[in-house]
Amino acid sequence: MSDITYGQVATFNTHPEAAIPSESPLSVAFNQISVSTPAPAVNHASGVRLEEKAFLGHLILRGGAIVLDEAVRKVLGISLPGQPLGLALDESGERSVQWLSPDEWLLIVPGGEEFEVEQRLRDALGDAHYAIVDASGGQTLVSLEGEKARELLMKSTNYDVHPSNFPVGKAVSVVFAKSSLILRRPAEDRYELVLRRSFADYLYRWILDAGAEYGIGVQR
Amino acid sequence: MFYIHCPYCDEYRDEEEFAPKGQAHIARPEDPETCSDEEWGAYLFFRDNPRGIHHELWVHAIGCRKFFNITRNSASYAILETYRMGEQPRFSAEHPEGEPAEHGAAVNVVDEAGRVAGQEGVKA
Ligand SMILES: [Zn+2]
Repeated sequence: MSDITYGQVATFNTHPEAAIPSESPLSVAFNQISVSTPAPAVNHASGVRLEEKAFLGHLILRGGAIVLDEAVRKVLGISLPGQPLGLALDESGERSVQWLSPDEWLLIVPGGEEFEVEQRLRDALGDAHYAIVDASGGQTLVSLEGEKARELLMKSTNYDVHPSNFPVGKAVSVVFAKSSLILRRPAEDRYELVLRRSFADYLYRWILDAGAEYGIGVQR
Repeated sequence: MFYIHCPYCDEYRDEEEFAPKGQAHIARPEDPETCSDEEWGAYLFFRDNPRGIHHELWVHAIGCRKFFNITRNSASYAILETYRMGEQPRFSAEHPEGEPAEHGAAVNVVDEAGRVAGQEGVKA
């Protein structure tokens, strides 16, 4: 039994032990955008390359910056971004913490790690006043690379994505194609979008449409 | 299209990301049980509608999702300032050019100390 109770908080591993198939929020459209239209593949002329990083562990951390910073540094070796709109990655680049609001951060870890990370954070936080919520099933992460990736973003959001306003290490939650998403810049040549499950299909189709003129390709 | 400064995200963001939530600084009666119907009704339903400087509650709905205050001129639509919850405005109908800077600064210092104390309280 993997359920563990911390004080009044019941936690459980969202990965079922039985072999129940999981589906990403993009599973319907990812390979085939309609019955007769497969998603475009990446080729040498692709100005934008889209790749879904499905099934990552997404944890929402809430609480005071000081206590959370201590716990996250202890468990993952990452300093909690104290400044608004900050994004910090560990050395491998596989784990990240992002500022969402003055008392809220989004922690993303490789899929399957989230339950153990949550437990270790709860151990480190002790009886501090905080909340950790596993949001992995509610959202997915899509990465955009390529020389036209910024152009595609400029077509889709009012947010100023010029490097002078949107440098590496920044993450914002913005209006995008009449919907909303989290826009992140973890590296010079890569953007990441965190899509909510209910909007993922729509946003994916929008991105493919907006990227058509740049020869967008989907990495599988 | 307006750009509104979110005091929590600490940058100007598109108007589209924000939602207005009505008049700011409405204090809930300390003891609702002892309110007259008129007092309770005024608290619940009656709002100022000035022509000129007005303090409003807004929320950065598609950003940090925090509530904050805006001092706005309802005739010109000019936004005079935005400030965090718990802070007091520097601009008002009585002080359309803004109160002396030391007043606003003092409020901010108190608020800063309050926030730090709050975090340490969490830690304890
Ligand atoms: Zn904000």
